[in-house]
Parts: sequence; C-alpha cells; structure tokens
Amino acid sequence: MNLVVIAPILLPLASAIVALAAWRAPAVQRSAAVGGTLIQFSAALALLNRVNQSGIQTFQVGSWPAPFGITLAVDLFGAIMLAISGLIGVSVAFYAMDGIDDERVAYGFYPLFHILLMGVNGAFATGDLFNLYVWFEVMLMASFVLMALGGTRAQLEGSVKYVVLNLLASSLFLSATGLLYGLTGTLNLAQLARVLPGVQPHGLTLALSMLYLVAFGIKAAIFPLFFWLPASYHTPPVAVTALFSGLLTKVGAYAMIRVFTLVFRTDPLFTNTLLLVLAGLTMVTGVLGAAAQWDFRRLLSFHIISQIGYLVMGLGLASQAALAGAIYFMVHVILAKTALFLIAGIVERLRGNFDLRRLGGLYRSQPWLALGFALPALALAGLPPFSGFFAKLMLVRAGLEAGQYVIVFTALGVSLLTLFSMSKVWGEVFWKPAPGGSPADEGAGGRVSTWMILPTVLLVMGGLALGFFAEPAIQWSHQAAFQLLHPELYIEAVLGGLP
Amino acid sequence: MNILIAFAIGALFSGGLYLMMRRSLVRVLVGILLLGNAINLTVFAAGRLVPYTPPIIAPGQSQPPAGAADPLTQALILTAIVISFGLTAFAVALVRQTYSQAGTDDLDLLRCTDVPCPPEPAWEEPRETNP
Repeated sequence: MNLVVIAPILLPLASAIVALAAWRAPAVQRSAAVGGTLIQFSAALALLNRVNQSGIQTFQVGSWPAPFGITLAVDLFGAIMLAISGLIGVSVAFYAMDGIDDERVAYGFYPLFHILLMGVNGAFATGDLFNLYVWFEVMLMASFVLMALGGTRAQLEGSVKYVVLNLLASSLFLSATGLLYGLTGTLNLAQLARVLPGVQPHGLTLALSMLYLVAFGIKAAIFPLFFWLPASYHTPPVAVTALFSGLLTKVGAYAMIRVFTLVFRTDPLFTNTLLLVLAGLTMVTGVLGAAAQWDFRRLLSFHIISQIGYLVMGLGLASQAALAGAIYFMVHVILAKTALFLIAGIVERLRGNFDLRRLGGLYRSQPWLALGFALPALALAGLPPFSGFFAKLMLVRAGLEAGQYVIVFTALGVSLLTLFSMSKVWGEVFWKPAPGGSPADEGAGGRVSTWMILPTVLLVMGGLALGFFAEPAIQWSHQAAFQLLHPELYIEAVLGGLP
Repeated sequence: MNILIAFAIGALFSGGLYLMMRRSLVRVLVGILLLGNAINLTVFAAGRLVPYTPPIIAPGQSQPPAGAADPLTQALILTAIVISFGLTAFAVALVRQTYSQAGTDDLDLLRCTDVPCPPEPAWEEPRETNP
C-alpha cells in the first residue's frame, strides 16, 4: 500500500467532510481550511520527495492489478504539479479568511473549495483516462458553483458561458474516451501507451487525438477555444479567480502534455506542427486581447491565455529541453499569475474598484504593494533574474535547436508586449496620480488584513526563489521531462513485468 | 443495428450542437441534454453491440462466453449518466436564476460580463444578499 500517492486526493476529501460537518460554524470552516491545506501541502511535498528518490509511484485502487483496476501513477511531473497545487491551496485558504465574505461561506464556499482541490489533485495523480474524465467533472462541478456563488448578474452570465463551453469540452472528452476504448479495449494510460502504436489504421488514432486536443484545448483555453475564459474569470471574488487562474487551465495543459507525450505518439510531425501553430496564435491573441482591457482582472485573464501558449509551445517542440522548459514555465506562471490576482484583490479592497482608469497613486501610500506587483509582473514579462526569464530562455533555446524560428520570434515578441501590458498596469494603478487630483477614493475601500498579505508575500517570494535558485529547479524539470519522453518508465512502473 | 445506432448518434449530435448555438438559453440547455445522450450512445456502440449473450462467467469457467456483451462500457455510461444528471440539474438552476436576474434568456443580451450594463456597471453591483 502506497498511501502517500492517494493522500493528495483523500486529504481534501477529509477537509471537505469537516467543512460540511461544520456547516453552521464558519469560523471552524475557515481554520479547518487553513489547517487542511497545510497538511495537504506537506503530504504533496512528501510525495514529491518520494518520487524524486525512488522513481514513479503507483497505487492500485482496491488492489485490482493494472490494467484492470483504476491506477494512480505519479511521475515527477505529476508530483511537481501536486506540490504546486498544494501551495496554491494554502495561499487561497489564507486569502479566503478575509477575501471571502461570511455569506459565501454560509452557502458552502469551503466544501466546494476542498472538492475543487480534490478534483485537481485527482487529475494530476490518475493513470486512467476515464478516471481523468471523472476528476475533470469533480473539478468542474465545484468550479461551476464557486463561480456562480454570490449570484450577481455578471457572475451568473459569466457562469452560463463558462458552464456551456466546459460541458461541451467534457462531452468531447467523454466521446473520445469511449471511442478510444472501442479501438483498444483499455483506458489505462500505460496500457494505451503500449498498444496504441500498433493500432491500424493510424488515421483513427490521429482523429481521436484531435478530439482530445479540442477537449483539453477548451479547458486549457488555447486559441481559438478560449472565449469562455475572459467572459467569466473576472466575475467571482478574487480568491476564487486566483484559484481558477492558478489551477484550472493548467489542468487542461497538464492533461494535454500527458496524453500527447504518453499515449498519442503516432504522428508527431503533424501533431507538433499543429501544436506550434496553435501556441503562437494563443500567445498573440491573448496578449493583444489584454492590451485592449481596462479592467484589472479582465486584463490578467487575457494574460492567462497568452501564457498557456508558451506551455503548448514546449509541448509542440517535444524535445527534452522544450518539455523541461514547459514544466518550469508551468510552475513559474502558476506562482506569478496567482500572486498578481491576489494583488488585484488587495487593490480592489483598498480602492473599491478594478477599473484601471479610476485607480492611481497607490505608490504613494502603498510602496510595498507596488513592489510586490512589480516582481511577478516582471517575471511574467520574462526579465532576468526572475523565473520567467529562465523559463522563456529554456523554451527559446529549445526552439532554436529545433529550427522553429517563427515560434521563437513570436514568443519573444509576445514577451515584449507582455512587458508593455504589465508596465501599463503598473503605471495606471500605482504610478499615475489618482484621478481627480486627490485620493478621494481612499475612503471607498476597507482595510487589508494580514490574511490577505501573507499568501501574497508567500507567492511572490516563491516566484523569486524559483528565479534565484533556477539551477536546481531546471535540473528537476529536466528529470521530469526525461520521464515524459521515456514512456517505457511509466509503463514499467504501472504494469510491471506484464507482457 | 450498428447503422441504426450510428444514425441516432448523428441525429442527436447535430441536433444538440444546433441547439447549443441558438440564442435562447433554454434551447442551449436542451442542446446539452441531447449531446449528453448522443455521447452515451457513442460509448455504448463503442463497446460493440452484440445480442443475447450476457457477460456472466459460467461456474467452472474462467472467462465469459464468446461474443458476450462488454460490461465495462455500460459501467462507463452509468457513471456518465450520473455525472450529466448532476450537471444538468445545476445548469437548469443556473439558467433559471440567470433569467430571473437578467430578465431575459437571449444570450445576445447577456453582455454584462463584457460591457457595463445599464443602469449600474456590473462590477460595482452591491453584493447580493442571495448567494
């Protein structure tokens, strides 16, 4: 029994049960969330340590041997994602102490928060395609309710768009999974990786892989499937948006990397070219969309899309260096993006709105906040010595080695536009004089408590550490990428010596 | 039988997708329902349609009789039905609530997420007391 593998799924479930049991005691739910996410984060770190020392860890649910039962399999990439999801869970649990009002807590914010984390962790840990679908649904169901919770008009309208497009993605995912089962007779990822290359004709496999590309592409918000994201992400409270931006689209990107490195390896030329084209278009549309925005959260939402393009670029280049770059980039972007959203929430708390045109002059009263925004913003733009620089350096070098100059120049150009966009936000929110000449809005907002500052500092510091200690982090990414590029390791770990 | 099922799946898929592209929220909802059923049938057909042979292992045997139905796809469909049931229930509640808040079910008019909707901008609405 390898319980440490299933702990990242069971612990949020236990926290959700505690939160449900304490339905009428919001204070208990709040502190249980902080405690629960801390335990979960340490469990994920223990798992990361175990995977790092002794290779891919597996757990056969109900002791049914693979490929007949449900398999959980965590390689280094999965373990890194689990650890980072634990960190985001802790941060958002802290932030929600103050960032989520009592009414939302009374209507079940915390149980849903834990269930969302359970779904995300399940998706990172599973080694079975149908099980992945189920975890996606767990995650989606929780995110649907979290998004609509509060019931303002904008939230409901955003939820409608989010729900309909994500249901469509799930439908495609499920039908592709059914057809894949019809084709191969198995849904265990390791078994699929073993039998799928022998399936004739290859066209069928390719068609199915494209169905998966669309399904995961909607969830990851790549071009041209991203429209639900800017229509919905800015409507719920900032704690929820930060959680979503940190984890949900990344689960889609994770699933994409998983299936395209492990299962669908039959026609790499076609798939990788398509992925690179999509990656470039995703980057460009995301950043251009952001340039036109004046709402703080909408602007950041468009940047989520743009950054997803870099992840897809790493997958499309498909060399070890490129995948390592994508993994490093994934950690970097989760930290930076969540920190930026949390800071947007603090700004809103101080000034009472998200409109860049009406904000301003915050540098005078909050110099530390201005610095705290500048660090992840510069990291996102890719300036040295921050984490984004190393992430983009790895991807660009991999692109040059592969001779894909178009995507390399697109990536560099988009970095420049990201810098422009981030400096626009910084200038509008912190630097320019407050509109009207006086900080009249100062009274509009409330006080910012330590609960909101602590996780922000944690994430900003985490991002800085990722940049300053880039060497070990890059080595880990390379190890994880090595495992991704050698599916036989995964197959061996799951199926053992089975024929 | 396969051809019949294939036509049924095609009809459900096209009907569902067509309805999902309509402007009326209720039609979109019906579209989601049709799509869910189309997929269940797809998974069912992917498990091979075979008549009359239940997948029961006879005493003394170690595997089910030849040509038996595949029970796994049916288990998958069962899971999918339960999931889509829950999602549909939520979607119905969401559509109803949206209609009562926005006063319309025309998707082209649900633009509060993109532009400030009169009379008050969406992101400045006071927190509702009805989460």
